[in-house]
Amino acid sequence: MLPSDLKAELFAGYPPEARKLVAAYVSTLQRLPLAYVPSLLREVIEYDFKFPAERKTLEKELANLSSLSQEQTKTWFQGFAQIQLSPELEKSDWVNAPAPFVENLSGHLWTTHQLDAFRVAALDYADRLHAVVSPEQPVIPRLGITVIGQGAASAEEPLFRKLRPHGAYFSNVKPEGGLATLLRAVAARAQAHPIPFGHWYIDGGEPAAHDPALTCVSYGRLGPARARLSEKIRSDIEHPGMGPEALRTLMARLRPADLGFTAASDPVLDRFQVKLLTEGSGTQIFSTTFAQWAAREALRRAQPHTLFVRFAPRQRQKAMNEMLASGHEPTELDPAGSLVDADMGAYYNWLNLQRLAGAEKSSSLIWFEEHTEALAIGPSLPRGTTSNATASLEQILSWAA
Amino acid sequence: MSQSLESMMSQSSLSEARSPVLAAQIAATRRDFLRTAASLALGTTVLGSSRLVGAATIAQRKVIVITFGGGARDQETFAPDGQENIPHLMRDLIPRSSFFSQVVNRGILGHYVATASLATGVYETVNNFASLPPEHPTAFEYFRKDLKRPAWDAWVVAPSNGFNRIGESSHRAYGPSTGARVILPKHLLKAATAGGRDYEHLLRDNYETPLYAPQLSGNDFELEQLGMMLKLSVDDFKSHARTLSSPDELSVYIVRQLMRELAPSLLWITMHDIDIAHAGAFSLYIDGIRRTDRLCADIWKAIETEPEYAGKTTLFILPDFGRDADDDAGGNGFQHHRTGDSLSRTTWMMALGAGVREGVVFDRPIDSTDLVPTLGSMLGFTASFSQGKPIQELL
Repeated sequence: MLPSDLKAELFAGYPPEARKLVAAYVSTLQRLPLAYVPSLLREVIEYDFKFPAERKTLEKELANLSSLSQEQTKTWFQGFAQIQLSPELEKSDWVNAPAPFVENLSGHLWTTHQLDAFRVAALDYADRLHAVVSPEQPVIPRLGITVIGQGAASAEEPLFRKLRPHGAYFSNVKPEGGLATLLRAVAARAQAHPIPFGHWYIDGGEPAAHDPALTCVSYGRLGPARARLSEKIRSDIEHPGMGPEALRTLMARLRPADLGFTAASDPVLDRFQVKLLTEGSGTQIFSTTFAQWAAREALRRAQPHTLFVRFAPRQRQKAMNEMLASGHEPTELDPAGSLVDADMGAYYNWLNLQRLAGAEKSSSLIWFEEHTEALAIGPSLPRGTTSNATASLEQILSWAA
Repeated sequence: MSQSLESMMSQSSLSEARSPVLAAQIAATRRDFLRTAASLALGTTVLGSSRLVGAATIAQRKVIVITFGGGARDQETFAPDGQENIPHLMRDLIPRSSFFSQVVNRGILGHYVATASLATGVYETVNNFASLPPEHPTAFEYFRKDLKRPAWDAWVVAPSNGFNRIGESSHRAYGPSTGARVILPKHLLKAATAGGRDYEHLLRDNYETPLYAPQLSGNDFELEQLGMMLKLSVDDFKSHARTLSSPDELSVYIVRQLMRELAPSLLWITMHDIDIAHAGAFSLYIDGIRRTDRLCADIWKAIETEPEYAGKTTLFILPDFGRDADDDAGGNGFQHHRTGDSLSRTTWMMALGAGVREGVVFDRPIDSTDLVPTLGSMLGFTASFSQGKPIQELL
């Protein structure tokens, strides 16, 4: 089937809000090439479970597509129109299963050496879209806080190496009550600007006491879901013919109820958390990976005004000889390795914050928990500088704003 | 960024469209780092002044290829901040090598299919996760069939079960019994420890799906051959394995044994520890790079000390490809190699030993498919089906 064959009734299997949304744009979709449409539908079909910021972005994109003249549509999508697709891709049920189509398309592009052409087409489209559809500006400048090194006695290598050129390094921070201070600061922002999914707290362990106005996701609280997932994977792997690709497909089909989420919780947040575990690589095994990926996805999807991320020690990766020698001893933690992971994670948090609208006004603070080292980046802070003066985290936050 | 584009970026690996320019910039930067750090000369201008290590005759010559660990980026290796992770390459090997700063992989960035492409000189399109042979003849088949070499003269030591078909292709002119014997050390360990403990993590077959740890199957190298060919008892093998910290260390142990007992002329080692990066823990990725750096130096030391290899062996070290750039929104930095951006496609190669000029950097772009025809020129076969060209600077 081709997009020109689309009809509203083909979307009957979509969730209600998504169905309503797409019904208004069927004639628009009919004009677009198949190499592009399933990627859009992959987002549309998830509309009911999207964060407000994502919904707005998708609505704007669809509205823009419908406003294009026939000639403009041709120009915007000429690159996509030239991509040669296989009959199998054309025959697949890309309306009801757009995600598998996109995955298969990716494989097709690699094997037919059309990836570069596709990349050029997509970038051209992105450039055109950005030129006419501006992203939503935040109502207050965004703030990202990353707390690293929980449980680590000291850093074996200098911290914040990648971030120092972008901000101010503080070597004599007063650590007392630091965590509570920072959580109070983010809570105050959430109270003052109550935006749905606008203020996040992500913890790589069990979350500390925090204001309920914050959207909280934690590795610790997801313990039962992670255990269910591991059990499911272990049994699925036993099935004949199971391989990494089939396993990925199975994981993508999992829903909150499959992992023990109760109906009483928030369906949008539940779906987000399931995706963290089923789509994130290593998020099930290492808490540091979970915290970094959760922050990345929260920034990319929810576009929060405030993001507070606290890394916790991950389990230690056993060496081969230890695995051969030992049985099932309790899992040890690796605070030193986790500090290195989190230091890189803090850099990625900052990079991902920079990708959002209003980046030039945003600020970031990274603190080595219970220690005296911190780094702050903000519009009024000098770059590449060091301060040895005694400072509280509260003061540093105010300077970074 | 649009929602639909986000989805395409993450699925279909989009990034910047200026790849050739960026690739050249990456190579130039890498060359500058090396020149500063190791006082190397730029090949194109001072070719005549660098020392050429004498080449053995074609009949005597041996070649060892190491694929460097499953993809490592410049930031963590040749850039100023990364050089601390590769002290052996920087201090011991690069000054003795011809270094190619711009090796471009234009194929599929999956480890099995990319390694198969390196081994055939053709950008293979076989399913990365299926147990399939390459479609085009491998270097091992050209070497053995065209030069009438015995089976023991070409070996592959590879990390996971997925590589068990890499020794010979499905090409009708070559194929069964004309290629390399393949040893999967983890497979051997599994066989040697049958009925033992749960080695789920150790036996993890690929790092791209960290939770996937299949039952190892297939048996290209029977356990009995451990004793017959490698002169190792199962007990010795097991007890030595207990002293090693990673699967790549086990691979190098097997390589050393092969070199001592059989001294094959063409030996291919695929390292894989670095690919733990897929699990997202940066410290483990760095540990993998440091270990691979040390193991490369160990193999070079073995080449220099084993009488069958000393003075007549050329060693190639190259990653199969890189990893995603931090600034590509479609990826997640070091964790994967999915974007197809310049950093993940552009990598390096060093050649050292017999017939190779020491301490020179060549920054003209070469293709990763150029390796097989180059091996052919060194060993005396013609890679008729390869898409690459022999690297003139090494001939």
